Amino acid sequence: MPKAELLDPQGKAVAGALSRLGKTRFTGVRIGKRFEVTVDGEVDAALLAEVRELAVDMFSNSVIEDVVSVDVLDAAVTA
Amino acid sequence: MTTATPSPVAADTVANAAATPDREQPYAALGLKPEEYASIREILGRRPTSGELAMYSVMWSEHCSYKSSKPYLRQFGSKTTEKMRRNLMVGMGENAGVVDVGNGWAVTFKIESHNHPSYIEPFQGAATGVGGIVRDIISMGARPVAVMDALRFGDIDDPDTARVVHGVVSGISFYGNCLGLPNIGGETYFDSVYQANPLVNALAVGVLRHEDLHLANARGVGNKVVLFGARTGGDGIGGASILASDSFSEGGPTKRPAVQVGDPFAEKVLIECCLELFQQELVEGIQDLGAAGISCATSELASNGDGGMFIELENVLLRDPTLTAEEILMSESQERMMAIVRPEKLDGFLAVVTKWDVETSVLGEVTDTGRLIINWHGEEIVNVEPRTVAVDGPVYNRPVSYPTWIDALNADSASALARPTTPEELREQVFRLLGSANLADKRWITNQYDTYVLGNTALSFPDDGGMVRVDEESGLGFAVATDANGRYCQLDPYHGAQLALAEAFRNVAVTGATPVAVSDCLNFGSPENPEVMWQFSRAVEGLADGCMAMEIPVTGGNVSFYNQTGDVPIHPTPVVAVLGTIDDVAKRIPSGWQDDGNNIYLLGVTREELDGSAWAGVIHDHLGGTPPTVDLAAELRLADLIAAANEENIISSAHDLADGGLAQAVVESVLRFGVGARIWLGEIIERDGIDAATALFSESTGRVIVSVPREDDVKFRGLCEGRDYPALRIGVTDSQDTLEIQDVFTATIDELRAAHRSPLPERFGATIG
Repeated sequence: MPKAELLDPQGKAVAGALSRLGKTRFTGVRIGKRFEVTVDGEVDAALLAEVRELAVDMFSNSVIEDVVSVDVLDAAVTA
Repeated sequence: MTTATPSPVAADTVANAAATPDREQPYAALGLKPEEYASIREILGRRPTSGELAMYSVMWSEHCSYKSSKPYLRQFGSKTTEKMRRNLMVGMGENAGVVDVGNGWAVTFKIESHNHPSYIEPFQGAATGVGGIVRDIISMGARPVAVMDALRFGDIDDPDTARVVHGVVSGISFYGNCLGLPNIGGETYFDSVYQANPLVNALAVGVLRHEDLHLANARGVGNKVVLFGARTGGDGIGGASILASDSFSEGGPTKRPAVQVGDPFAEKVLIECCLELFQQELVEGIQDLGAAGISCATSELASNGDGGMFIELENVLLRDPTLTAEEILMSESQERMMAIVRPEKLDGFLAVVTKWDVETSVLGEVTDTGRLIINWHGEEIVNVEPRTVAVDGPVYNRPVSYPTWIDALNADSASALARPTTPEELREQVFRLLGSANLADKRWITNQYDTYVLGNTALSFPDDGGMVRVDEESGLGFAVATDANGRYCQLDPYHGAQLALAEAFRNVAVTGATPVAVSDCLNFGSPENPEVMWQFSRAVEGLADGCMAMEIPVTGGNVSFYNQTGDVPIHPTPVVAVLGTIDDVAKRIPSGWQDDGNNIYLLGVTREELDGSAWAGVIHDHLGGTPPTVDLAAELRLADLIAAANEENIISSAHDLADGGLAQAVVESVLRFGVGARIWLGEIIERDGIDAATALFSESTGRVIVSVPREDDVKFRGLCEGRDYPALRIGVTDSQDTLEIQDVFTATIDELRAAHRSPLPERFGATIG
């Protein structure tokens, strides 16, 4: 992942797109070798399903890419 | 995971600093010398707070304060005559110089170094170099219209060179192409002296109407200080990382990356946003945030204005909420601007930035207290006189000593080297030069850049200079060229700098433009090395004297010290950018031959000047002697002659002779449009009393080859005679696909092209486009 202090223009652009789509529970996205999506509050099953859907529809190009896994990390892992 | 809640780290306040005078401070780790730290304590009458220390340390760094170079750079001001100022609207000391180009138009341009970041992280280092120089142009109220880069890399065959070349070139093309700015030329050299210290000098040009000119200063008590653009993050704090790992910020992230990541799309929006703010007269001034970030912008704006400013630092929008006050002051996050806005215009200002989706926060206001006061959550953490930070930094008269090695170097002339005499040897050496790293075709690099975007590019690589149209109705335009020959400067920095100026001047003149202004980027080794300081002092003196002789002013630029590989300083590399104006870009002069049957003339005389030449370097791996003589008066006469010939429309091309001499210039003229020629050397050899090798490879200055249509031949000869400039007919263009140098060799255009184009793709991969 890009170092936490560095600007991540890609992640910023995707975060902007999420908010334009009305996905208000997400507070940030960072993109390195994987996507990290930050959420406000706890991750429940519904939200996880929503992220899975976004991973397939938006974060990846299904013509050439597969979504390998969608996991919940606690804040300590990403900090 | 949850968002970390920012818990403001208790900052070192002014009151705290006064109460704890003996607290130890990490000034040395911030790059301050003990005497500089003592001087800060004296200025403040107490110990600095950690925030003040952060500000002083970055603003008093060599990069921001010019503390070693200032005493010398004053010459650029003192050696300026009234006549030189005639077109100058803004001179040195502002973000960029501004030159009147007529019809109510002005052009602003500047060249700046981004050398060290480009070695550590070539892609982002070079990309942010472009971004930074473009923001300097925006802050003058101009629309950026072109960029250009002067690059120096290590030995082309060193494995690390490919890493740096790929990164730097991709970084430049990424940022410039995304921004939609044409890259109109520049130069690339390879030399092992730049192995661990490549030079990335980025130039940008902007255009503006006279009435749109804006200077960055903070005037008008009560006016708001507004920060807009990207959010502030913990990137680019650099050597200051000690702040984060030291006692100031327990609990914060420990290691800050020294490089920044740029976002050209954010910058593009910022360009349009700033231009609209200027156009609607919603701002008093805009300052870009570059090196030293908020520390620099606040202290410089206050110093240039009414002298006081009050800032509430917690209003800065952060990307990382754990940043400490000191880090916010020092962060070099990209794509940020600071504006001074009248209170009654704030709503209009906010409407424009909102339209462009640019994040904005009001940090504070202009005051008349003469103090720059910065609060952090209600506590005063900085209270300084801004001029002591931004203007009156330390100035060093560093020791200067005449290099012990230079007499021996100057005595080791290339005249003792074996010269080719037989046609076979001459042919072989012409091809070796043509295929050498520095004379080879650079399209592997330049093809990665957008050249024609915006639709106003009239000339670009591989022409001698880049040219861009400013006014679509009249065709008014400008031309720019950059040059520096580090090898010449190593032999003689005074004349080496003048040779760079003369070559850049000539490169602009041969495009048909009239040179009017200079910007320079002075790349040198460590100023703490007295021999480097000698090189620097001589180069600056040479350039200042040269500019006075040629009557074109230096409008700005930058100095980059500490460029060395290990303990070995780079060759002194004063990159000189010359800007010229042209009434109508339709009158530009092509650099290559296009029609057969044109007479080819060599203007100027050829002397036995092989010292420091590409020939000596490539064939004999030799550097010694004294560089070619430079006659600036002759350069002026040559430029006038070309302008007069172009005015009468009697020359069909003009190409400057420089590295590689006549042989290289002739081949480039052939390859430009694929038109062959027959050349004879006999008359040059006879008139100038030289041998064939000297005729082909000497790098005497004041020389240009021009092609003249048959019907204009008499007129052209008359013009040269009337102006008493030496001119010799040396050949004729023809419809054969060959270059024939009579009695020496004949080569097909395909052979020449293959030799010229192959060196870079052989090392770096296929050329695109």
